[in-house]
Amino acid sequence: MALIESTIDSMLGNLDLPLNILQTLKEDVIKAGVNKKELEEIIEKVKESYEYAKVEPCEAVGVVSAQSIGEPGTQMTMRTFHYAGVAEINVTLGLPRLIEIVDARKEPSTPTMTIAVLEEYAQDRDKARKLAWEIEATHIDQLADVTTDALNMQLIIDLHEKTLMYRNITVDEIIEKLTDKLDIQVRLSENIDNQLIVKLKEPSYRDLLQMRKNIDTITLKGIEGIKRVVIRKDGNEYMLYTEGSQLKKVLEVEGVDISRTYTNNIGEIYDVFGIEAARNAIIKEATSTLGEQGLTVDIRHIMLVSDIMCCDGEVKQIGRHGISGEKASVFARAAFEVTVNHLLDAGMRGDVDELNGVTENIIVGQPIKLGTGDVHLIAK
Amino acid sequence: MNKFNLLDNELIPKHEILGEDELKSVLKRYKIEREQFPKIKMNDPVVQQIGASVGDVVKITRKSQTAGQALYYRLVIE
Repeated sequence: MALIESTIDSMLGNLDLPLNILQTLKEDVIKAGVNKKELEEIIEKVKESYEYAKVEPCEAVGVVSAQSIGEPGTQMTMRTFHYAGVAEINVTLGLPRLIEIVDARKEPSTPTMTIAVLEEYAQDRDKARKLAWEIEATHIDQLADVTTDALNMQLIIDLHEKTLMYRNITVDEIIEKLTDKLDIQVRLSENIDNQLIVKLKEPSYRDLLQMRKNIDTITLKGIEGIKRVVIRKDGNEYMLYTEGSQLKKVLEVEGVDISRTYTNNIGEIYDVFGIEAARNAIIKEATSTLGEQGLTVDIRHIMLVSDIMCCDGEVKQIGRHGISGEKASVFARAAFEVTVNHLLDAGMRGDVDELNGVTENIIVGQPIKLGTGDVHLIAK
Repeated sequence: MNKFNLLDNELIPKHEILGEDELKSVLKRYKIEREQFPKIKMNDPVVQQIGASVGDVVKITRKSQTAGQALYYRLVIE
């Protein structure tokens, strides 16, 4: 007689097994229709197999991870610049990107964001476009022709009326932004439509040229640092892809879906979403970088790396200034990089090496504490 | 301006402050001391959101690609 669901639940309920296994087990048991004795036997077998599949105590998981990520790494293209799908947004991929991730760089070389938008914007291209203008940084050279009038010591800005309308900016907004950010006088030309005259408060030829340069750097609309926004239909909704990343500011824009907005800048994710999100981002970025090149690395290796990088509450790099440089043992650090400095400093401080790790025991020629080397026989 | 709740983001797993009783059983289960937990900083946005203070242990319910769901603990530090 087959068991009912509630009995199965209570039998599986307090097993110390991962959720995935329990779910599969439950589904299969219901499908197969087993009786109580059979289920007990199945549970026994599953527990046994699970125990068998676990990593054994004293196994060197770190070294296995290092090899499992390192070997495919040798097959990666050394330098690839790739256009992610459409609309020519350039992202670093391959080995350079992987190095960037494990080095925990503050800024990736090509920061990009994937911005999901709320439903009302996601279905309407015009609304999505409008939102994109709110985010993309707009500079004066996109809106107007700027000419230097040295004779009258002034800059003449000829605004393109159509572009202004398209981007939803008014002339007053531009005047306000410019006077706000620069120490200048801006007024509308009396004779010509959409022409602005910019004058210095104290006329000087040098300052005029300097101002011509400065005026290009002023962000008139949008978020500074977002160089470009591309709209793309993903499935059945519009998504925004950006060049440049400003997570915090983008999240404040109305219409952005906070729950699904993502950046490839892990440092920014750490600042805004915290350490656990940063850990997830490292896993996601590393997996996709490897996956992009057709390399499959077991996710557990990447999870281990990412856990180690995040275990102290901040994102630390693997390397001299991070994990490897903070090892407790002097010998282990000396074996990694800048050998003499470590030994000298340790000597001056009078450090003691407990010889607990692998590297230091190999250096002094003792059996290492791994596998059978970590087990002792005690005679009673 | 968009008011947002950080915890909505799909990258952030569920964080909660661990009660004393549960903490004891976790410590016993892993045979460790409180200081041996991985750390989380006090100024972490999620810690501030849930209102944990230094010395608390935060229980994190991660979505795991291998196990479906995994529990993780972090000690709140300065």
